[in-house]
Amino acid sequence: MTSAVVQPVPRNFGRMMGRRARDWVPAIVIFVLGIGAWEGFVRGLDVQRFLLPPPSDILRTFWEQRDTLTSAGLFTFKEALGGFVIGSGAAVVAALVLARWRPLGDALMPYAIAANAVPIIAFAPITNNWFGILSPASKMVIAAVICFFPVMVNTLRGLTSVRPQSIELMRSYAAGEVEIFRRLRIPNSLPYVFTGLKVATVLAMIGAIVGDYFGGSQEALGIQIRRSAGIFAFEEAWAAIFVASVLGIAFYAAVALVERLVMSWHPSARGSRTE
Amino acid sequence: MNDQAAVVSLHGVTKDFARGGVRALQEIDLEVRPREFVSLIGPSGCGKSTLLRVIGDLVEPTSGEVVVNGKSAHQARLERDYGIVFQDAVLYDWRTAAKNISLPLELLGWDRARRTERVREMVELVELAGFEQHHPWQLSGGMQQRVAIARALSFDPPLLLMDEPFGALDEMTRERMNMEVLRIWEESGSTIVFVTHSIAEAVFLSTRVFVMSPRPGRITGVVDVDLAQPRNAETREQERFFELVTEVRELLRAGEGDGARVGEEVSS
Repeated sequence: MTSAVVQPVPRNFGRMMGRRARDWVPAIVIFVLGIGAWEGFVRGLDVQRFLLPPPSDILRTFWEQRDTLTSAGLFTFKEALGGFVIGSGAAVVAALVLARWRPLGDALMPYAIAANAVPIIAFAPITNNWFGILSPASKMVIAAVICFFPVMVNTLRGLTSVRPQSIELMRSYAAGEVEIFRRLRIPNSLPYVFTGLKVATVLAMIGAIVGDYFGGSQEALGIQIRRSAGIFAFEEAWAAIFVASVLGIAFYAAVALVERLVMSWHPSARGSRTE
Repeated sequence: MNDQAAVVSLHGVTKDFARGGVRALQEIDLEVRPREFVSLIGPSGCGKSTLLRVIGDLVEPTSGEVVVNGKSAHQARLERDYGIVFQDAVLYDWRTAAKNISLPLELLGWDRARRTERVREMVELVELAGFEQHHPWQLSGGMQQRVAIARALSFDPPLLLMDEPFGALDEMTRERMNMEVLRIWEESGSTIVFVTHSIAEAVFLSTRVFVMSPRPGRITGVVDVDLAQPRNAETREQERFFELVTEVRELLRAGEGDGARVGEEVSS
């Protein structure tokens, strides 16, 4: 573009994450205090380990079984990721279609809302039957269906909540529907899309793990959790939950980071106001 | 300039809004000649913004004829004869100032080099050098509106339609923007139709002021503004300026007189 005299948005990574290291201190202190209180509570009151094992034991178990647990974690994460990609992709396409042909959207929305109220997890035994109990596809379908709705609804809202004057502006340039989508509706929808995607990351992990509970490959994390709990190896179950949590948080953070990168223009990406 | 073909000519334009059966415009006749700066002024609900949108083919009249540059308003829009500036700048948040200015050029299919060159010229015209890479939220209201004006002028449209473009700005900024829009008008050689509810602004900027009144929206008077060009800060202190302001004000009051109440009515 033209010669930039001023660099408006600092491309500094810490700023991009919205916080500086110092801002993280309170959160880290709370984390350390919480873990310490847990450890002290369990040891001080001599809580039975099948009720609640101390974090130090969970961490030791994790370390001893790190190979099995991480490979199980990645196995389930792949199920979640596959479901996330399929479900979110279908949701974005559906939202584009519904935004383009509004009467169709009005006709279908009540059913989409009704379908969303169906407890999808209840279908897990059925998808196992459809795609094979050992196949990751049966879990991906569960994760995909759970991801679909929040992404679709948010994307649709982003595509349609455009200021009327923005549309008038495009019309004054004799822009067609395709141009209006490309240069106005789609960019306008991005903050909404990412809100949906962030919700979907968490739902995809839940879908995949709970899908595992209904049977699946021995490599899957959900199966590990269920089996460990079944044989009273509660530290192992907790360690597996720990792995699931770390993966879930990392998944969320990865999408949040992409959001920051894609939307560096957004006020939330921080920068200095001129004048 | 009277012998030149009109840029805009309206004959018997009426607009009824289906909802509530409101007659927004009644039998409007209006002509705008090349290089003119015409203002539409009137109270809220007099249909001045609707009239501007009828000229710009954003609202279709119920009856009557709209001719722009010798063709229908619809054809004129398809041929990109209009540059529009709204009260809100209506910038796209995800685009930098420079990218906002080049939006119509992208739609016109200009190549990158040509766009860059034109954006540079426009940035110079509206005096925004140094702010090209800023996003809208990093700019003040006045600067945002200058980006909107640059965007409207970027593809050199023969007709500029401005709908209360400075209505949201403070008095100081507004007067400065008035000077700028006059300078741009002279430099760009375009014809401007300008909607405002400020009498002083209308008189200061225009070559002619059309006074409108509501229920139903119609033109109740035209004031020829014979103040010398180019206008400057002293123009506002001339006796003739005050006489013209008084004339417009009295026309507005007369319009209110015949049966119309000021108040509720749908906003313009």
